[in-house]
Amino acid sequence: MLRVGDAASAPPFPEAAKDSLANAQMRRNVRHATDVIRTKRATVVGEMPDWQQLREAARQIKAHVLRHLDAYLEDFERNCTNAGGTVHWARDADEANAIVTRIVQQYGGTEIIKVKTMTSDETRLNVALEQAGIVPYETDLADLIIQLGRDRPSHIVVPALHKNRHEIRQLFMEQMGISELGEEPAELANAARAFLREKFLHVPIGFSGANFLIAETGGVCVVESEGNGRMCLTLPKVLITLAGIEKVIPRLTDLEVFLQLLPRSATGERMNPYNSVWTGVTHRDGPQEFHVILLDNGRTEVLKDVEARSTLACIRCGACLNQCPVYRQTGGHAYGSIYSGPIGAILTPQLQGLQHSASLPYASSLCGACYEVCPVKINIPEILIHLRRRIVEDGQAPLAERLAMKGAALAFSGETPFTLAQATGRVMQRPFKSGELLRNLPGLLAGWTATRDLPAMPAESFRQWWSRR
Amino acid sequence: MLISLFITCYNDTLFPDTGKAVVNVLERLGHEVEFRSAQTCCGQMHYNSGYHADAAKLVRRFVDVFAGAEIICTPSASCVAMIRDHYPKVAAESGDPAFIEAVAALLPRVYEFSELLVDRLGVTDVGAAFAHTVTYHSSCHSLRSLGLRDQPLQLLRAVRGLDLRLLPGADECCGFGGTFSVKNPDVSTAMLADKLSAIRETGASVCAAADNSCLLQIGGGLQRAAAPVRCLHLAEILASTA
Repeated sequence: MLRVGDAASAPPFPEAAKDSLANAQMRRNVRHATDVIRTKRATVVGEMPDWQQLREAARQIKAHVLRHLDAYLEDFERNCTNAGGTVHWARDADEANAIVTRIVQQYGGTEIIKVKTMTSDETRLNVALEQAGIVPYETDLADLIIQLGRDRPSHIVVPALHKNRHEIRQLFMEQMGISELGEEPAELANAARAFLREKFLHVPIGFSGANFLIAETGGVCVVESEGNGRMCLTLPKVLITLAGIEKVIPRLTDLEVFLQLLPRSATGERMNPYNSVWTGVTHRDGPQEFHVILLDNGRTEVLKDVEARSTLACIRCGACLNQCPVYRQTGGHAYGSIYSGPIGAILTPQLQGLQHSASLPYASSLCGACYEVCPVKINIPEILIHLRRRIVEDGQAPLAERLAMKGAALAFSGETPFTLAQATGRVMQRPFKSGELLRNLPGLLAGWTATRDLPAMPAESFRQWWSRR
Repeated sequence: MLISLFITCYNDTLFPDTGKAVVNVLERLGHEVEFRSAQTCCGQMHYNSGYHADAAKLVRRFVDVFAGAEIICTPSASCVAMIRDHYPKVAAESGDPAFIEAVAALLPRVYEFSELLVDRLGVTDVGAAFAHTVTYHSSCHSLRSLGLRDQPLQLLRAVRGLDLRLLPGADECCGFGGTFSVKNPDVSTAMLADKLSAIRETGASVCAAADNSCLLQIGGGLQRAAAPVRCLHLAEILASTA
């Protein structure tokens, strides 16, 4: 089954946003965290004289890959296999989860240690593993917070961004059975370290996602900040990697572009503290068994739509979330998907079908802040409009909206219908007029007048003034 | 110079004073203004909402109405953004070479009002006087699509008696977003609340913009809060001489 987390059963965005907006503490946390990352990002991006050229290079590399994805994936498979890895192909989330479960069982495993990966949240791997009696341990600090709290990630890069340190301290004390714990970041990190170190040393199977798959070498690249990933990638005997098929890049040297763009865009760092690249297996060094699962799960459907294909160029930096004025109000949970913010608003509906998330393409004022910061130049506002068009042309838009748009199209069709519509409007507004303002309008406009006034149409339009001038 | 005014559908209907102000300023600068009354809407609302067949008709209509106009001026950055960013795509999709050519010929002649004054006509002092504290809201389209950063501020700085207060967080959206404000009223209102606090922080008594669409949102919020700040289109300030 094709799946994007539990997004198919999520409530529509406007409804979910209402709940998020009512959570003042969460909103303060999101505002604070995104402010911090935005400021850091602006500083380290500002010091790059060739930032725009880097963005353009990244856009072109990704566009090229997406045009020749089949060939690059086969290159990757061949080169990874030659280097001692095993490549698996998964059509959808269930297939991917089944492959992981089978591999773990094949090695007699009952536990795995995980590097931060969004893709396994997409397939809901942890749920599938638990059902098979396998215990997954998240080792990324934020993912650990999410797992211990049985919470949902609210940000692509910083999944626990909606939590502050007081909340995290409380959670650690309860879930790790610690009676005394301070709330300084170092103390919290130490508690997590003590909890995780023991897992690193005894769990023999590691699991990761991938930031990049390198076609020419068959190598895999993961970048991270904490070093927990490096532990999972080097200590276990067996390593399993799950990656979306769009993660492939042609050459090792392409990392030169992406490893400059990604950390600056994601966390405002010049370089990630840990950049791991490995190719197959190396005798007596690191994992001796290596499996890669290449996941489709709706991606080839996205690829088919030329107008929206660049959605797959995303390198999951989260810059668009931090910059988005909508995300900054609601946080990530309102998007009902592990992929939130502007990129989530275009990715989720495309992966799982527009009918399951028809409200997401409208969760944007089209302000363009996302496009401005996107390191691979995905024109998110254009794609949002394109998805709205697909909804309209599939006949899925609400009736009231369709009628309003038909009416407006008729009114704009010529001078006479337009002046007639203006005259009609001046008559129809009368019952709602309060001085020069309109209040308590019905229907589609009720949402507006609940919190804002609307000026009443003045007695004379501009064109009337002009014609008697 | 003969300047053809595209007033826009909503300014025509809701904000006629903005149109009068544009005419006033351009005539004061010695230009002749024409108004082609067959004009209606640029098609932005239909386009951004996904109703592309309806939008395409309005694009054709716009191109026909303004055929041959030397300069087209509009007091709405977001309508200019619609024309510049999307008209070529609409034309290309039609596959009609004459339409494609007409759009290509039209594009370089369309100007947003402050862009026309500063970038094309080279004027920053239009002889205006307005003795009030003013803050300026940059619409997202004016900033990110038209790249208007300094032009409106140059115009305001040249107005006699005007005390300009820069708006903190000037590149943040006010939450209007056309149908967004109706489809997502709660988020739109939350975004507006931040914009209103920034405006009030400046202590200005007037909030100006190059887009009455944003001012519809901002003004709607200010009025509901009974705040002592009124909204005025940039053109109306530039038209003022006392």
